[in-house]
Amino acid sequence: MEPSKKMEIIPLTRGTMMVFKDQDVVPFRNEVKEYAERIKMGLVNQTKLITAASEMVRNMLKYANGGLTIIEIVSRGPQSGVRVTFKDEGPGIADIPQAMQDGFSTGKSLGLGLPGTKRLVNEFDIKSIPGTGTTITIIKWANG
Amino acid sequence: MFENIIKTLKSNKGEILELWMKNQLASSVITEDLMTNQELRKQSEELVNALVNNLNENSINDSQSPDFDQLTELLGGISISRARQGFSPRETGSFILSLKEALLEILKKENSNVNEVFEESLKLSRLLDNFTILTFETFIKGREELIMRQTDEITDISTPVIKVWDGILALPIIGTLDSARTQVVMENLLQEIVKTGSGIAILDISGVPTVDSLVAQNLLKAVSATRLMGADCIISGIRPEIAQTIVHLGIDLSQVITKATLASALQYAFKSLRLEVRKTALEAAGVTNQ
Ligand SMILES: Nc1ncnc2c1ncn2[C@@H]1O[C@H](COP(=O)(O)OP(=O)(O)O)[C@@H](O)[C@H]1O
Ligand SMILES: [Mg+2]
Repeated sequence: MEPSKKMEIIPLTRGTMMVFKDQDVVPFRNEVKEYAERIKMGLVNQTKLITAASEMVRNMLKYANGGLTIIEIVSRGPQSGVRVTFKDEGPGIADIPQAMQDGFSTGKSLGLGLPGTKRLVNEFDIKSIPGTGTTITIIKWANG
Repeated sequence: MFENIIKTLKSNKGEILELWMKNQLASSVITEDLMTNQELRKQSEELVNALVNNLNENSINDSQSPDFDQLTELLGGISISRARQGFSPRETGSFILSLKEALLEILKKENSNVNEVFEESLKLSRLLDNFTILTFETFIKGREELIMRQTDEITDISTPVIKVWDGILALPIIGTLDSARTQVVMENLLQEIVKTGSGIAILDISGVPTVDSLVAQNLLKAVSATRLMGADCIISGIRPEIAQTIVHLGIDLSQVITKATLASALQYAFKSLRLEVRKTALEAAGVTNQ
C-alpha cells in the first residue's frame, strides 16, 4: 500500500548526533536501529535502512570530515517511518547525476554508496552546493 | 587593585597548601587506594607553587597566559594520569575546585573589606574556573585515549584464524569490518595460510551486523589477497536480509563463492578436497535397527 504522496509528513520524535570520527559510525547505526525498532520495522527493511544510513555517514566522514545527523520517526497518513538527515559543510558535489551513477567514485571505492542508498530507501533527497556543503535526507517506511 | 590578591596569595603559600590538603582529605572522595597522601601532597604543592609563583597583573586575567605554561602542563599531566588510573570525574574535578575554596578562604581572612573581597573572589574564581574546564577537557581526552587503546586491543583479539581441518582455515569475523580491521584480518589470514599450507579459507560474516559498500570492498580485498596466495576463499554466514541488501546496493559477489552458513561452507570445502563426512557403520546399523 503506497501512501499518497500528497499527504503531509509529520515528524514525531527527533534526535541528533554528530559524526566526526570513524568510531562514531557504530553508535550512530545503533541509534538508527533503535528508532527503526520503535516503529516495529521488519528485519529486512531495518537492515536496508541501517546500511543506507551507514553509507551516508561514511561519505560524510570521508569527503566532508563529518557532519550532523538528524534521526526522526515520521508519519504520513497511516504509515510510519524513519527519516535520517545528513548535513555536512564539506566541499559539496558539483555534478550530482554523475555522483549518483553506479561505480562513480572520486575516493577509489566502489561508487555504490549514493546510488545504492537511493535503491535501499523509499525517499531520497540530495541537495548540494559546491563550497558550502551537502544535505541528504532519506526515509524508510516501516512497511515500505 | 589586584596587586593585593597577588601579594596575599604569595605570602600565604604554606597556608594555602595546608587548607587545600585539608579540603581534599575532608571531601573524602579521594580514593586512597589510588594514591597515597604523600603523593597527593607532593602534587598539590607543585601545583600551588606553579599557580602562585606565576600570578601577576597580567596572568591573573588570562588563564592562557604563557606564565601559566608550567601550571597547565602539570594540570594536564595530573588529569591524564587520573583518567588512566580510573579516578572519577568528580574526584578529578574536586581536586582543583577545592583549591579554589582554599584560595578564597585566604582572601577572606586577609582582608576585612567585604566589597574588595567580593571583587577579588570573582576575579580569582574566573581564573580557577578556567583551570577546572581545562582539567575536565584533559580528563576526557585521557579517557578517550584509553578507549581508543582498548578498541585496538579488541581488534587484535577478535580476529582469530582457526584451522578447522587439514587444509581448511576459518575466520569468524565479529563486529564491523572497517579498514583498520581488514588490515589485521588479512595479515592474520595470509600468515596462517602460509604457515599451515591451507588451500581453503572460510570468511564467516555471521557476526557482522552491517555489510555496506566499505565492508564489501574490504571483504573483496581479503578474497583477492587469499587468491594471490593460491588459496580459495569462501564467504559464509550471509543472512537473508544481508543478501537482499547487498543486491540492492549493487555489490557484485558473483565472482566469490558464498554460502549461507559456516556448515555449508565447510561441506563445500570438504567436497573440493575430496573428503567425505559419513555416519559410521555402527551408527548407521543402529538407525536401521529401529
Ligand atoms: N558528503 C559528500 N560530500 C562531498 N562529496 C561527496 C559526498 N558524498 C559523496 N560524494 C561524492 O560522490 C561520489 C560517489 O559517492 P558514493 O556513491 O558513496 O561512492 P564512493 O563513496 O565509493 O566514492 C564520491 O566519490 C564523492 O566524490
Ligand atoms: Mg560512499
